[in-house]
Amino acid sequence: MRLVTAIVKPFKLDDVKTALEVFGVQGMTVSEVQGFGRQRGHTEVYRGAEYAVSFVPKVRIEVLVADADAADVLEVVAKAAQTGSIGDGKVWTTPVEDVVRVRTGERGVDAL
Amino acid sequence: MPEIDSGTTAWVLASAALVLFMTPGLAFFYGGMTRNKSVLNMLMMSFSAIGIVSVLWVLYGYTLAFGVDAGGGLIGDLSQLGLKATTTASATNGLADYVFVAFQMMFAIITLALISGAVADRMKFGAWVLFSVLWITVVYFPVAHWVFAFGTPLEEGGTGGAGAASAYTAGTGGWIVSKLGALDFAGGTAVHINAGAAALALVLVLGKRHGFGRDPMRPHNLPLVMIGTGILWFGWFGFNAGSALGANGIAGLAFVNTQVATAAAMLAWIGTERLRDGHATTLGAASGAVAGLVAITPACGSVTPLGAILVGLVAGGLCCLAVTLKHRAGYDDALDVVGVHLVGGLAGTLMIGLVASDTSTGSTDLRGLFYGGGLSLLGKQALAALTVCAYSFVLTLLIALVVKAVIGLRISEDDEVTGIDQTAHAETGYELGGSLGGMSSALRATSDATASHQRVSS
Repeated sequence: MRLVTAIVKPFKLDDVKTALEVFGVQGMTVSEVQGFGRQRGHTEVYRGAEYAVSFVPKVRIEVLVADADAADVLEVVAKAAQTGSIGDGKVWTTPVEDVVRVRTGERGVDAL
Repeated sequence: MPEIDSGTTAWVLASAALVLFMTPGLAFFYGGMTRNKSVLNMLMMSFSAIGIVSVLWVLYGYTLAFGVDAGGGLIGDLSQLGLKATTTASATNGLADYVFVAFQMMFAIITLALISGAVADRMKFGAWVLFSVLWITVVYFPVAHWVFAFGTPLEEGGTGGAGAASAYTAGTGGWIVSKLGALDFAGGTAVHINAGAAALALVLVLGKRHGFGRDPMRPHNLPLVMIGTGILWFGWFGFNAGSALGANGIAGLAFVNTQVATAAAMLAWIGTERLRDGHATTLGAASGAVAGLVAITPACGSVTPLGAILVGLVAGGLCCLAVTLKHRAGYDDALDVVGVHLVGGLAGTLMIGLVASDTSTGSTDLRGLFYGGGLSLLGKQALAALTVCAYSFVLTLLIALVVKAVIGLRISEDDEVTGIDQTAHAETGYELGGSLGGMSSALRATSDATASHQRVSS
């Protein structure tokens, strides 16, 4: 099993969620996060004073998938989240050793 | 026995309540502008001002401000100590004296509260309380005498004072209103220039907030700011129209002028920032309205409604530019008390010298430069404004240094970063669950249970 983690632009969340549902993913975890990549932060002006904003708001999406689906899910998320402009984010996968479904005690791929 | 006019007394009674309401309004206006970790401290500075000043006013404040002039128009004598010479039957020019006591008490309260916006996030609450007692005594009570003490009622054949003091014998009251004859209808000098100059002096001694100039420190609750602005605007009709001390045409003029100057200033502020920063902000609308209210305060009884629009436009634009001064000059006036109250107060007080109209003042001697009155009124306005500014700045600087030496002005950096609400008042403004639902309340329940277990066992 693998954990797919995606950091995307907040307004692309709906597109990614829909694409994942169409693909057949059963669940996901979403959180609001802040950070920067190669785009760095930006400056903003408020009440006549300029401030550096070093962290940009992003959405993190996490999906647990079977090994066989990992490459496809990575592709689906990347495609749905892409705008082509700077700050689109990143998607990566990491290996997951074991999973338990809390309600039933099912383990491994059965718990996905 | 002096006669009590029921119309006058009823209107000023209602106005006194309106002016009191401004201080909670100010607390919300300032409270929304702080970060969420210091909203309660900001509210507490305003509410403590209500507590401290109300009591001191009855004990000795009223007599220092409105007792018989003790000489030179500088301060009142002790004839009203504990309000001992005021009775239910005593009245001045138709207004029951107790009502005037109440009305002016509210002015003293809000003037002190205005200063608190500058010291957001970082001033020890005890230091604020000590500062409050010293400042209201040494700075406000004398200055209120200069500007608001009209003196003794005019007797037949006597010479009246200028403008609002025309029903009082010239030279028997405070030096600005009764001798100099500068026009300050409701307190541009005594309230706004005074509070603004004090705020500047206090923050110079207090120092900057941790992260000033680096972190944005945006307002945490703009709807609260707008509620506060609405309450201030509403209450200000008592402040300005009530200062007519009568239910009459002057009160009506002051009311209309207050409305249009405030409206014009709000438009000027958001227009200025739209051009400068690209956005018309909610905070700008609120600040612009308050800048207009400040600037029209001294002028509302001496200009026409057209003049009031001009005063508002100038004040709104000027104050919008002035709030960026703190970043260039490096003083941390957190919520722009200097940029709005000092600058707005100066603008309004000085513009009387330009746009005062004899149709409003009722005397051809009281005309501004634009109405053919020459420079004499402008000169008087400048002298009154600069004297109050200098007195307030210097005395506040000394008071701040004394409080710093005796008990210290600032909370520790650690407490400031954690948040003064929690460290000084043991409370937080908002006990809300996380935006995703029950998670954080579940966590809190767990930690509360642990804490209570520890208390029992220790």
